[in-house]
Amino acid sequence: MNAPMNIEAVAGTLKAPADGAGMATGQYITCALNDAEYGIDIMSVREIKGWTETTAIPNAPSWIRGVINLRGVIVPILDLRARFGMAPTMPGPMHVVVIIQTMERTVGLLVDAVSDIITVDVSDIRPVPEIGAGGPDRLLSGLVPLERGMVALVALEKLLNITEDSALKSERPREDTAALAA
Amino acid sequence: MNFDHLRATFFEESAELLESAYAQLAALAEGRSDAETVHALFRAIHSIKGGGGAFGLDRMIGLAHVMETLLDRARDGLVTLDPDLLALLLRGTDALSDLLSAERVGEPAPEGLTEELIQQFHAVSAPSEPAPSPRTDEPQEAVGEGWRILFQPHAALFRNASEPLHLVRELRTLGPVKLSVDAGKLPSLDRMEPEDAYLGWNLTLEGAVPRLAVEEVFEFVADDCDLRIEPLAPAAKEKFELDERKSPSAVVQGDAVPALRSDANAPAPQSVRVDVSKIDRLVNLVGELVINQAMLMQVGSALPPDICPGLIGGLETLSQHLRELQEGVMAIRTQPVKSVFSRMPRLVRELSAQLGKEVRLVVTGEMTEIDKTVVEQLADPLTHLLRNALDHGIEPPEQRAAGGKPRQGTVHLSAEQRSGRIIIEMSDDGRGIDRARVLDRAKERGLVRQDAVLNDSEIDELIFLPGFSTAAAVSEVSGRGVGMDVVRRNIEALGGRIAVESRLGSGSRFVLSLPLTLAVLDGLVVSVGAQAYILPITSIVESLRPQKEQIHDVIGSGQVLAIRGAYIPLLPLHLRFAVPDAEPDPSRGIVVIVETDRAGRLGLIVDDLLGQQQVVVKSLEANYGPVDGVAGATILGDGRVALILDVPALGGIGPVRGASQTITIPSPQPPSH
Repeated sequence: MNAPMNIEAVAGTLKAPADGAGMATGQYITCALNDAEYGIDIMSVREIKGWTETTAIPNAPSWIRGVINLRGVIVPILDLRARFGMAPTMPGPMHVVVIIQTMERTVGLLVDAVSDIITVDVSDIRPVPEIGAGGPDRLLSGLVPLERGMVALVALEKLLNITEDSALKSERPREDTAALAA
Repeated sequence: MNFDHLRATFFEESAELLESAYAQLAALAEGRSDAETVHALFRAIHSIKGGGGAFGLDRMIGLAHVMETLLDRARDGLVTLDPDLLALLLRGTDALSDLLSAERVGEPAPEGLTEELIQQFHAVSAPSEPAPSPRTDEPQEAVGEGWRILFQPHAALFRNASEPLHLVRELRTLGPVKLSVDAGKLPSLDRMEPEDAYLGWNLTLEGAVPRLAVEEVFEFVADDCDLRIEPLAPAAKEKFELDERKSPSAVVQGDAVPALRSDANAPAPQSVRVDVSKIDRLVNLVGELVINQAMLMQVGSALPPDICPGLIGGLETLSQHLRELQEGVMAIRTQPVKSVFSRMPRLVRELSAQLGKEVRLVVTGEMTEIDKTVVEQLADPLTHLLRNALDHGIEPPEQRAAGGKPRQGTVHLSAEQRSGRIIIEMSDDGRGIDRARVLDRAKERGLVRQDAVLNDSEIDELIFLPGFSTAAAVSEVSGRGVGMDVVRRNIEALGGRIAVESRLGSGSRFVLSLPLTLAVLDGLVVSVGAQAYILPITSIVESLRPQKEQIHDVIGSGQVLAIRGAYIPLLPLHLRFAVPDAEPDPSRGIVVIVETDRAGRLGLIVDDLLGQQQVVVKSLEANYGPVDGVAGATILGDGRVALILDVPALGGIGPVRGASQTITIPSPQPPSH
């Protein structure tokens, strides 16, 4: 059993100095996927827990790993690597799940590991260049150049927009009247 | 508690008060009323007015005020509530309800809704009654020489941090108060509970003070005390109003001051207003406990019994208590169907007036309790069925008379609990389903083949098809494009079923069968590959391990199972849900035969049966979305999530289509390690 890490406490201490500067800064949790680093808005992160086996959801997109039981709530787990079009993660005990809570839902993101917490000036966030409409870049909300490299900020709302991408595909046909016309 | 919260509470309470007002009116109309009925009606209207005052709803106050005046006169016996007055009161209550719902959604209420009614109420009340301006004070009534007030607080009053001294001080602002303590209930010292309340007070308030002013002082503690307010001098008009808890027989005890007996009358069941989300959290927590307990059981049974002899016994006691706890928590969520049934009489009144029909609604079993969520979801289907019954079922009076039926049609709405389900029936004595016309219509619409031969019940089923409406001309009342298919879908979404029986010329009967609760269901746990699924017990007919020769391939529609002379289509769940590593040979797996409403019987092929258990239904949609063929999810004893199958939806799609669909979309399967 992996004890959930209390992000809110961390976020609270980090957020404190930013108060004077208004909303000019934001904190992001970064995680590495392959060689790229991705940033997740810390205010959306509820907890980080170790990987646990999931229950598969039938006819779901490949980047949905299934659902887990998070203290009585059914939470879907997204494979962030697969979501960005890379090869699916082969999760092991060292992998972690970042539980994200947005206005609409709670979702877990499967990542290799959490590497850092960065404080970013809003003015430092660069827009994502438009390269192809269907690529994974539309799942990003911005880019942050750091000394050690670039961090891509994840557009959580789009990322979690499961229904748009998958549920429509598997929506059951309503009228099956032919069967009745025996 | 913020203002929005208060508003929400106000609307909720007003809705309940209106419900109570309707109930009293119904009692009055049916002649099963007593003195208390008018009192209760008065109180309901008065409380609505009071609440409206707090929120500045002037039009509502104006209307409630005139209704109150009329009721007050009726209480005093100056007016008899004849059918005309009752109808007027009903319309007034309807208007109050309209004003409230308009206010609730923030829309302006229709103009002229109240003015005319207010005039009518004035006309029937005393002509001397001054025209009330909104938010004026209560009518001046029975102002005598003063009041004798018997006030006996309950312990609850003190627990709520109310202070009798403040009440007395407030009374003193109205006039001189004399006070004596009634210590008659004080027990001997050794039997005294320090936190109980034993003292009462006899207060005498002198001066011409309106009764309502006195009542207002005690307004906030009325539920927590025995209160009796009597005129000091025997006035010409003798009025007693007691705390709600007092039975009417206790009222008429004359001028003598009776000893207060707080425990003489059994207290009415008290209720607490709780946010549903808090209950849901409890339900969730109890679900978690059940899972935890199952886990402990597993661990405990693996230990040698001599290590910890008390453990198993303790765990069993725990599981027993947990079951009771679970039932208790579930019971909190239930609500009488009354809250939705009570909306129906008004609908009948309005529709029958609109359609020129005479209809009587008979409601029984309205105290039957069912899960709150189910109750809320019932309003739309029931409204639709009722509209249909009045529009299509019940004939116009002349036609009924000509057919030898009473001019007045009857719609019977009933609810009862039967073997773990709630059965709601709506029957009418109207014209019934004209099967020939239904069939013609269905053929016309291309819903059935031209040469199809259908039996009666199959024809009745046709009305549930999407796009079916018999009303040749779409009428004002029903047939607005929302059909019986929506009703069926709504009911099925609640885990229920709907069926219809009908006899041409003598009426139709719709039977709704609903689960008691949406939160728990009895399920059969089955395994397919590494996955476990839950099948609702209610949909299972039987399960068997088929012989090889029972299984036949049918070109184009997969396999069928031959059983007792019938062929049942087979649906391999592993194909439907793209589960790897499942048993591909049906004769080495298990076939679970399920009943679906639309596709009849269906044989689901699973690997194995793991057992039967009660599962707590969790939403998959909240964080993910709807999944085809899945009704929800639950958590098994080992903490894993298992999906609950949506059996009617499984039947809706043929196995071949399901199979081809699943092949194209790869399903992730976590590697086992």
